[in-house]
Amino acid sequence: MAMAAENLMVQNPETSDHKMIARDVSVYYGEAQALKNVDLDIGRNEVTSLIGPSGCGKSTFLRCLNRMNDVIDGCRVVGDITLDGHDIYDTKLDVVQLRARVGMVFQKPNPFPKSIYDNIAYGPRIHGLGEAKSDTDEIVERSLTRAGLWKEVKDRLDKPGTGLSGGQQQRLCIARAIAVNPEVILMDEPCSALDPIATAKIEELIDELRQNFTIVIVTHSMQQAARVSQKTAFFHLGDLVECGDTQQLFTNPNDERTQGYITGRFG
Amino acid sequence: MTEMSASATQIQRPDLSGKRLKRRYAAEARFRLYGLIAVFAALGTLVLLLFSIISNGYTAFAQHHIALEVTFDEAEIDPTGERDPQVLRRANYQGIARSSLRNAFPEVTERRERRALTALMSGSADQTLRELVMANPDVIGTTQRVWVKASDELDSFMKGHISRDVPESDRRIKDRDIVWIDQLIAAGNIESQFNTTFFTAGDSREPEQAGIWGATVGSFLMLFVTLVLSFPIGVLSAIYLEEFAPKNRWTDLIEVNINNLAAVPSIVFGLLGLAVFLNFFGLPRSAPLVGGMVLALMTLPTIIIAARAALKAVPPSIREAALGVGASKLQAVTHHVLPLAMPGILTGTILGAAQALGETAPLLMIGMVAFIVDIPGGFTDSATALPVQIYLWADSPERAFVEKTSAAIMVLLAFLVVMNAVAVLLRKRFERRW
Ligand SMILES: Nc1ncnc2c1ncn2[C@@H]1O[C@H](COP(=O)(O)OP(=O)(O)OP(=O)(O)O)[C@@H](O)[C@H]1O
Ligand SMILES: [Mg+2]
Repeated sequence: MAMAAENLMVQNPETSDHKMIARDVSVYYGEAQALKNVDLDIGRNEVTSLIGPSGCGKSTFLRCLNRMNDVIDGCRVVGDITLDGHDIYDTKLDVVQLRARVGMVFQKPNPFPKSIYDNIAYGPRIHGLGEAKSDTDEIVERSLTRAGLWKEVKDRLDKPGTGLSGGQQQRLCIARAIAVNPEVILMDEPCSALDPIATAKIEELIDELRQNFTIVIVTHSMQQAARVSQKTAFFHLGDLVECGDTQQLFTNPNDERTQGYITGRFG
Repeated sequence: MTEMSASATQIQRPDLSGKRLKRRYAAEARFRLYGLIAVFAALGTLVLLLFSIISNGYTAFAQHHIALEVTFDEAEIDPTGERDPQVLRRANYQGIARSSLRNAFPEVTERRERRALTALMSGSADQTLRELVMANPDVIGTTQRVWVKASDELDSFMKGHISRDVPESDRRIKDRDIVWIDQLIAAGNIESQFNTTFFTAGDSREPEQAGIWGATVGSFLMLFVTLVLSFPIGVLSAIYLEEFAPKNRWTDLIEVNINNLAAVPSIVFGLLGLAVFLNFFGLPRSAPLVGGMVLALMTLPTIIIAARAALKAVPPSIREAALGVGASKLQAVTHHVLPLAMPGILTGTILGAAQALGETAPLLMIGMVAFIVDIPGGFTDSATALPVQIYLWADSPERAFVEKTSAAIMVLLAFLVVMNAVAVLLRKRFERRW
């Protein structure tokens, strides 16, 4: 571990190409090991997509990156993960600040049972962004617009977010995550409940966000991974099988398991 | 799977024959019938219970009064003529009331008979006259028709609780009393009036002067102490145990003990209160403060269990959503989880409070079973509680206390129904879906 840390310190972490670095990460749910010694670099201002068959540990890995696994009883994470060179599992680190910097969109849409407006405004409010009502209004409108939801909900901002359709809820959750302007956004299958048009909108958003954010996205759609991401990581049964440039991984994979998965022979 | 086996195994389709269908319908009809029987059995018992209580108790809300022609003689009430309240208060109203009644029956002369006659009137008749004079001294020197309370026996007789057909030796109202009563009725001098005393007075040895206001005030003072103590403590412990405490052997042990505590017979809490609050800390006996503390101990596990269940029912995805946008654990709980759990917590609390309101046994242990006439004015005054009052009255030999007991039960039930209705309303009002 000491060695790994030294290696990480070679470059200036603030300007290094890698926003987050995972080294030798294993995750256990009780006795069962869900992730096995994963090493993965997440490029700054890049989109990294995680692909792999169901149950291979994509969500588990994603949740390690903002320590969301802390709240699961019996879940244990070993290994090193750094954000800008700082160990995020350091006991001195404040996990609340970490989650403000590393935002998340969950696999299942989980809007607060409050109004659409409050769903978006909650994050900015607790982080002291937009103290004035007009600032909050602006944040809400901008976030909803970017998530492609503004037109549909602008007349019912005071209606509960739980009253939206599944796909609308998912976009609401995306809007909620980007409203606090985190540095890294983790998205767990953000388009799983969306129609092609909304999906295209989200992909556009992801491309646009890349200017200022680092994005990690879990997806089951190979086409989507190919469209939006620069780097792709392929997981299989808890192992990180292969990781590299998206172009290269899809056209010329090194591992035959990757080959098999992307050509649809298993998974 | 090979092609061979796929074609070889016969595909089994669901059996859609009418026989299976009929059996399923029959099972469903049977189940619905059992359900209906169970519901009607439960409703039937409830109706029976309510019917017996109400039919026994509704008469207590009325009280018979006797009209007297009272001559407020100035020489007797205010010999000095100064209308000094001190003097007015001390006048012999008892004598005035008695002579007024006797004047209506000049033929009764024998001493024993005259005493029996005045016994038809409540012992509180003098008070009625005193209040009248104190409120309006101008009546002195005039003759007024005044309604005073009848004795509990006359009242019971008029309400039909004492029958004329029973042999004279077996009833408290004798034949000569009946003659007088019939004369009073004939003269229009007996009337049934609304029994305000029942709702404004404390306890009394005389049924016609007894009321439940003292016990009601005692009960609510106690309930206040109970809620002030048990709601914050219970909710905070539930939040800590459910949201913050690590799951280990110690918290398991605590959880088991809280569940056990909820099953402890209430009288044990009374013994605890006696030993700790009275004997060790020397707090006053019969005080609503101590009663409230004992009931708080008893309600605490109920509230903790209800609050934990309500917190647990909030889906974890809500917590994750809050944590995911960078809320602290405390913010996630206070901004999202607690508001969603509040209806459940309040329902549990109100049900716990209703249980406390109906509790008798622990109060017996700390001396709240005493005979207390005064309305309690504070948390350390001697007081009794509604269920204890019911217990005391149920134990009294006078026939008139039977209806009072049922009436007090009706009042207690009314409070409980109101509290449960509030619980339902709160649940409806705050109900949110996720
Ligand atoms: N809370 C949990 N408790 C126990 N085991 C879990 C838990 N969450 C996930 N697992 C297990 O860990 C493994 C990886 O799960 P994970 O959710 O990361 O899969 P995934 O790659 O996201 O799959 P999917 O594409 O279906 O979402 C699975 O075998 C799963 O059963
Ligand atoms: Mg997943």
